[in-house]
Amino acid sequence: MEIVFALAVGVLAGSGIYLLLRPRTFQVIMGLSLLAYAVNLFIFAMGRLRLGAAPVIDPARGSDPALYADPVPQALVLTAIVIGFATTALFLVVLLASRGLNGTDHVDGREPDKE
Amino acid sequence: MNGWLQHLPILPVLLPLCTGTLLLLSSEQRRGRRAAIALCATLAQLAVAIVLLAMADGRVVAPWPGEIGVYALGNWAAPFGIVLVVDRLAAIMLTLAATLGLATLIYSLARWERAGIHYLPLFQFLLMGLNGAFLTGDLFNLFVFFEVLLAASYGLALHGSGAARVSAGMHYIAVNLVASLLFLIAAALIYGVTGTLNMAELAQRVAVLDADDRTLFDLGAVLLGIVFLVKAGAWPLNFWLPAAYGAATPPVAGIFAILTKVGVYALLRFAVLLEDVGAPAPFRGDWLFYCGLATIAAGTIGVLAAQKLDRLASHLVIVSSGTLLAAFGFTGTTLTGPALYYLVSSVLGMGAFFLVIEMAERNRTVAADMLAISLEAFGLQDKLDSEHPDEVAGIPIPAAMAFLGLAFFSCALLLTGLPPLSSFVGKFALLSAAIAAPPQAPLLHAGLFVAALLLSGLAGVIALSRLGIRVFWDTERPTPRLQWLEAGPVAGLVLVCVVLSFGAGPAMSYFNAAAQSLHDASVYVGSVLPAAAAGGAP
Repeated sequence: MEIVFALAVGVLAGSGIYLLLRPRTFQVIMGLSLLAYAVNLFIFAMGRLRLGAAPVIDPARGSDPALYADPVPQALVLTAIVIGFATTALFLVVLLASRGLNGTDHVDGREPDKE
Repeated sequence: MNGWLQHLPILPVLLPLCTGTLLLLSSEQRRGRRAAIALCATLAQLAVAIVLLAMADGRVVAPWPGEIGVYALGNWAAPFGIVLVVDRLAAIMLTLAATLGLATLIYSLARWERAGIHYLPLFQFLLMGLNGAFLTGDLFNLFVFFEVLLAASYGLALHGSGAARVSAGMHYIAVNLVASLLFLIAAALIYGVTGTLNMAELAQRVAVLDADDRTLFDLGAVLLGIVFLVKAGAWPLNFWLPAAYGAATPPVAGIFAILTKVGVYALLRFAVLLEDVGAPAPFRGDWLFYCGLATIAAGTIGVLAAQKLDRLASHLVIVSSGTLLAAFGFTGTTLTGPALYYLVSSVLGMGAFFLVIEMAERNRTVAADMLAISLEAFGLQDKLDSEHPDEVAGIPIPAAMAFLGLAFFSCALLLTGLPPLSSFVGKFALLSAAIAAPPQAPLLHAGLFVAALLLSGLAGVIALSRLGIRVFWDTERPTPRLQWLEAGPVAGLVLVCVVLSFGAGPAMSYFNAAAQSLHDASVYVGSVLPAAAAGGAP
């Protein structure tokens, strides 16, 4: 499971960075989203990967911490997802405004000069 | 009474939050009432900040035991709950933010507030993010407050719209989003190996990490340092800054003057906490010192090359950031106090300068056109204004040009560190501390620091006088019309700097005390961890 998880994070982050460096705004926003997924998975993994362990204490299972997953990273991921969602939406609006004002979807607001 | 006073540290976060929400809900039409609400809230923040400033120094009886105030949110004790920490440094930064916020708010009420929607609520949320970032004692909470202030700053950077602002704003947002993702990775790494996000407990846990975990922690800390350096505008991570600051509306650029200092503040805060366990590269030592020098150099070149005043001002922001980074990277701790003094006076000067430029450049028609366009787009202009779009209402101050000249001159003195204003005192203290350092610090460092400081000041003088001549000695230009609402804040900011330079003795001793208690990390750790049980109880 660890290998699959690590590969998933790596592939997401790699594609995210590649897209982030591309010249079109839509590619940039896709890159940012992929990178955000990678980061969220990474935070989740930092609470250690566990199978069949809930983060919320269940009276039936007892209070031994070994039985439960670390709840803090999961709370952090929730916050990060919410913030990331909001900022991506905001960036999307700016992207559309830039497209409308400049008439191009290049990140610099104008087409590069052709050689 | 004492019971209520204990809740003072949360007010700088709660006040702008509630005010911002209230302003969001109130109708845009009732301009007077909204302005009054925003003004009262900012004034109240300033008052709270000043009280905290006095309490942190023990001038007023503080409701907390010991030197540093710790406020446990929800009354959960420190390693489990989130704490707000008030020490001298935090109080200084709070007061600075509130002062600058008040001045730019009053200025923007004169006309810029009408150039778009939701200016006032965004402004309050920006203040909330700033105050929270200065107060928090928790790493993830710091991230959240950074996001709050950044989200508000995205909106403010785009205030007034226009192609230039949107393009610059897009770069600004993209860079900061990536920095935020890095921050998350860093926070996750640090939590993963230390198992805590509380900054005080972090300092303790790091000391007992084994070698493998320590490597991971250092990696996280380096990423964190990079994030703070991006925010601080350190070279080579600052190419987004001149465009974003230069294109922003003037009052927004004025309050943005403090945004780079948030990065500097966070860097300093972590550097001293990790000092005992050996902070990784971005926080301390040669690495930071040379990074600071490179930032000063890059900023100085930008200052000399700038063709427009707003660009010039943005490059001066970079120079002042570089000066601070170099001072914090300098061997020993004697430069921290003077650096804090310099920070305060340079932020105030910078804020005033961004406001002055706009008034001085107002007679250029481009700016007036853009304002008129965005006013039309939002359908907000008054009936009077629509007949004379470039003569926005207001009583022309007699001798407006004289005032502008004087204000420009004072700002130039402040930004270049010439006597008699407060930046000179700050730079002088920095220089004398650097020259006195050599037995402990390498002579080369002291020499480089002094040279960088003097040369960047000289470049500032050359560039400012060159552009100043072009603006003020041009007889073709009509005299700009000013309102009292616009002239007042600038005069106020300059006056604060004058007071700072006349009261340099007490002020400097306060800053030195702040630096001293800051560098004694055990006081911070001791206050946050055991005191949490006793302090902060309602």
